[in-house]
Amino acid sequence: MKKNKKVSVYLDHSATTPTDERVIKAMLPYFSEKFGNYSSIHSLGREAYFAVDDARKKIASFLNCNSEEIIFTSGSTESNNLALKGVAKYFLEKNKNIHIITTRVEHDAILEPCRELEKQGVRVTYLPVLKNGAVDIAELEKAITDETVLVSVMYVNNEVGIINDLARIGKIIKKANHKIYFHSDATQAINFLDCDSQELNLDLVSISGHKIYGPKGVGALYIKKGTPIKAIQTGGHQERNIRSGTMNVPAIVGFGKAIELAKKEQEKNNKKIAKLRDYFADKVIKEIPDIIVNTDFNNSVSSHANFCFVGAEGEAILMSLDLEGIFVSTGSACASGNLDPSHVLLAMGIPKEIAHSSIRFTFGKHNTKAEADYVLSVLPGIIEKLREYNPLYNKSNSN
Amino acid sequence: MIYSDKVISHFKKPHNQGVLKNASTVGEVGNPSCGDVMKIYLKIENNIIKDVKFETLGCAAAIAVSSVLTDMVKGKSIDDALKITRKQIVDDLGGLPEPKIHCSMLGIEALHEAIKKYEKK
Repeated sequence: MKKNKKVSVYLDHSATTPTDERVIKAMLPYFSEKFGNYSSIHSLGREAYFAVDDARKKIASFLNCNSEEIIFTSGSTESNNLALKGVAKYFLEKNKNIHIITTRVEHDAILEPCRELEKQGVRVTYLPVLKNGAVDIAELEKAITDETVLVSVMYVNNEVGIINDLARIGKIIKKANHKIYFHSDATQAINFLDCDSQELNLDLVSISGHKIYGPKGVGALYIKKGTPIKAIQTGGHQERNIRSGTMNVPAIVGFGKAIELAKKEQEKNNKKIAKLRDYFADKVIKEIPDIIVNTDFNNSVSSHANFCFVGAEGEAILMSLDLEGIFVSTGSACASGNLDPSHVLLAMGIPKEIAHSSIRFTFGKHNTKAEADYVLSVLPGIIEKLREYNPLYNKSNSN
Repeated sequence: MIYSDKVISHFKKPHNQGVLKNASTVGEVGNPSCGDVMKIYLKIENNIIKDVKFETLGCAAAIAVSSVLTDMVKGKSIDDALKITRKQIVDDLGGLPEPKIHCSMLGIEALHEAIKKYEKK
């Protein structure tokens, strides 16, 4: 690939994905032609109803549950909020002392609602993780108490790509007490892994459209029948009164199509993406000295390659890559407006000064070897240049 | 968070980046655990800053601040250099995103540190 102004290599698929053309095609009729309100009784409304129903069935089939157990939302953030706050609300209204267990490496869409619940008197345990970012299952067993009502563990970590063993976690939870409900934020998983709610013993699952080549602004929450949950958004009676708000029909149709494609093409895409990611990661490890590999490639999804480039600041790397037409993300504090770098890397035991140098590359189904080679042609020079700027890095090398 | 074109251009090709051999004084501030460190080298003759170089570990804003600050101090008397404010730096860069305003302070602090050390000599 020639280096010119028009080069654009997208390696940030964990942030979002381009909408698949087949998904767009499925959505288009539902904007101005079949625009009915899902809740209307007339035939235009019925048309929308059946389109949503079809998407619901596709999602239910993916999660191996009944379609009545799927609630559409605006995305995983809302699904996570509904799962955590909705279940807590049920118990808090009964004046019960409750305890929730989650992990230190969850997305903020879990951590922030948990902190809010703490202010309402809910006790929350944030489980530590192993060096590769996987939840420490031994600690989970110790954390369960008589007051535990909910355990929330992400399926795949968004920053480093590690897969949690939900089947084992589910078994441990249900063995300890079958009345403890098990939630997972599976946002980053559904592109790459099976997500059988039965096999994994899941009662609640959050998923999102735009991470799987579907549209933004749509997601779903699986709520197993019998799970105690109260609405946190009320008013329109949609979604069995659990989630009020006019149904976003085109996006839901697109989400259904995207999950159908994700399932059908998962194996093929996984193979292709893993091959490319492994090729890229091997070269980075060989060609750039003084790096730390944050992704445990044997236990992660196929997309992720997260590295710390010691001595180069992450945001400066990101910006330098951007100037070359390459799009990635970083765990540096400088990119977040927060003082601390990635809470995930810190929980994995990486020191702050090193965590600031992290870059996450996440590959997708459209990436090519030529693109990987282009990134490999500019990355070493960028790291070298930024290390040269760094007064401390120069010093430690010359002494 | 959007950077101005001026920030991008300084970041792309920083001015005065490097080490100044036989500098009259050196100031270093910041902390790697916070993600930014700036080191400024000054060559001072007859109270005038004749030459200046910097080394910076940090984000695009920190590097752009270092670049623009070193441009500003070159040729100035010590007294005039001490009068440079963070606002002048931010304005010269065509603004900085709110979370990056503190980066402008890093430059001022490094400069003041270097001059303080020089005056103690």
